[in-house]
Amino acid sequence: MSVIQLNLRDRRRKIIDRLMLLLLVMSAFFAVIPLLFVFYYVMSKALPHINLEFFYQLPVPVGESGGGMGNAVMGTMKLLGIASIVGIPWGIFIGIYLSEYGKSKTANAVRFFTDLFTSVPSIIIGLFVYGLIVKPMGSFSGIAGGLSLAVIMIPIIGRSTEEILKLTPIHIREAGLALGLSRRKVIIQIVLRGSASAVFTGVLLAIARASGETAPLLFTALNNSFWSNSLLEPMASLPVQIFTYAVSPFEEWQNQAWVGAFVLVFFVFGVNLLVRIWFNFGVKR
Amino acid sequence: MKAILKTERLNAFFESFHAVRDVNLEVTPNSVYALIGPSGCGKSTLLRTMNRLHEETAGASVQGKVILEGKNIYDAGVDPVAIRRRIGMVFQKPNPFPSMSIFDNTIVGLKLAGIRKLSLLNEVAERSLKRSALWDEVKDKLKEPSTSLSGGQQQRLCIARALAIEPPVLLMDEPTSALDPISTARIEELVTELKKLVTVVIVTHNMQQASRISDSTGFMYLGELVESDKTSKIFTNPHDERTERYVTGRYG
Repeated sequence: MSVIQLNLRDRRRKIIDRLMLLLLVMSAFFAVIPLLFVFYYVMSKALPHINLEFFYQLPVPVGESGGGMGNAVMGTMKLLGIASIVGIPWGIFIGIYLSEYGKSKTANAVRFFTDLFTSVPSIIIGLFVYGLIVKPMGSFSGIAGGLSLAVIMIPIIGRSTEEILKLTPIHIREAGLALGLSRRKVIIQIVLRGSASAVFTGVLLAIARASGETAPLLFTALNNSFWSNSLLEPMASLPVQIFTYAVSPFEEWQNQAWVGAFVLVFFVFGVNLLVRIWFNFGVKR
Repeated sequence: MKAILKTERLNAFFESFHAVRDVNLEVTPNSVYALIGPSGCGKSTLLRTMNRLHEETAGASVQGKVILEGKNIYDAGVDPVAIRRRIGMVFQKPNPFPSMSIFDNTIVGLKLAGIRKLSLLNEVAERSLKRSALWDEVKDKLKEPSTSLSGGQQQRLCIARALAIEPPVLLMDEPTSALDPISTARIEELVTELKKLVTVVIVTHNMQQASRISDSTGFMYLGELVESDKTSKIFTNPHDERTERYVTGRYG
């Protein structure tokens, strides 16, 4: 083979290498562009109308100026609170079961259905909770809304907890057992506590995911133009309020919807950022 | 002298695989007993039946008796958790709990058993770390993570952790196979020291190590305990031809 042929082949190889790299960088770039665009668009629409009243005042009737989504902000916090109280321990229990006792056929079935659950359309989950709670109780309620968000959170937390606990090597568990610690103590005090920050990360991501869900709330918490006095009443939430205002014909309401969208987007963004910082800190430590 | 630990017709299985076959052995108090044999001969499995850790593996089972301080640990109604507080274990790979400090690793066995008194925990930590010859190296950084230590130091931390609950017997599963020669020498020295406090059963694939530190040696081959005797006898004048072939380096 001559030197010239070799050189040609060498150059061809390098050109293909460059082209493929360019392709990869471009696909990453174009994947991020819509996200940046969402940020930019929401900010440009919302910033002119954002004010403190938004966070603590009730919505006002059409035609009046001012007002806010205080009840929806509060409602979303309450709904996430209920969802967390139910969903976090439940999800973590599932994660412990799958990771520590996960070799049986039953566990495989649980794992399969948990995975299936994460891909069930969220509106179906809303209908499910409607049938389970709203119908028998005879009213839309904050409780029902919170529980439907919990149903969304449980499989996410369960699977992330399982994957994290599985990262703890078997010889760490054996070290605990060999010290004369019961299995319960080994799981809770050594395995779970040892990966607490990573488990917490999974929990925060599940909360962020649930905070933006709209469909399951339509059939459960519904909406409320006023403060909810009890968890048994319909309850306002940011996503539903945004939906209601965005499809309305009134400009005032549409502007409010943009502000709501801004708050929600930056809440989710903030939680994700917090998770990253937390996790990097945890890893370095 | 009466044996502190002995096995009677002990058999261990993984599913249908017969890993340990009819083993009878006796370990005298305050001695070092070494188990040698080629890879896969069942010596680690035998060791793990002695603190009932073998049965924690899915599909594993045990038949026969392990008699610790006069009581069969496989009798019905015996709590394996209680047994493991009388018989400590050190593993092949140093395995301190990575999320805990050096201090917390040392006293974790007591703390998780509900002992909260700080003065007592401090006292036990110092005593255990001194016994494992680690104290001088870590006394100024007890709050630092255990992962900041070298491999050899981590292994001595694991020994301190096992000693902290004061078991009369200590099992060691190839404790130096992941360590460099200097760390290995320190651990061997330590084992000889520890004999005053505890009875040691050590699995090793290193025959020189067995001859240096043990009083008695058992040779295992294909799941059987071929021969068990004074270490000097095993290495100079073994009874069985298979032992002789192994200690003279003809297989394994």
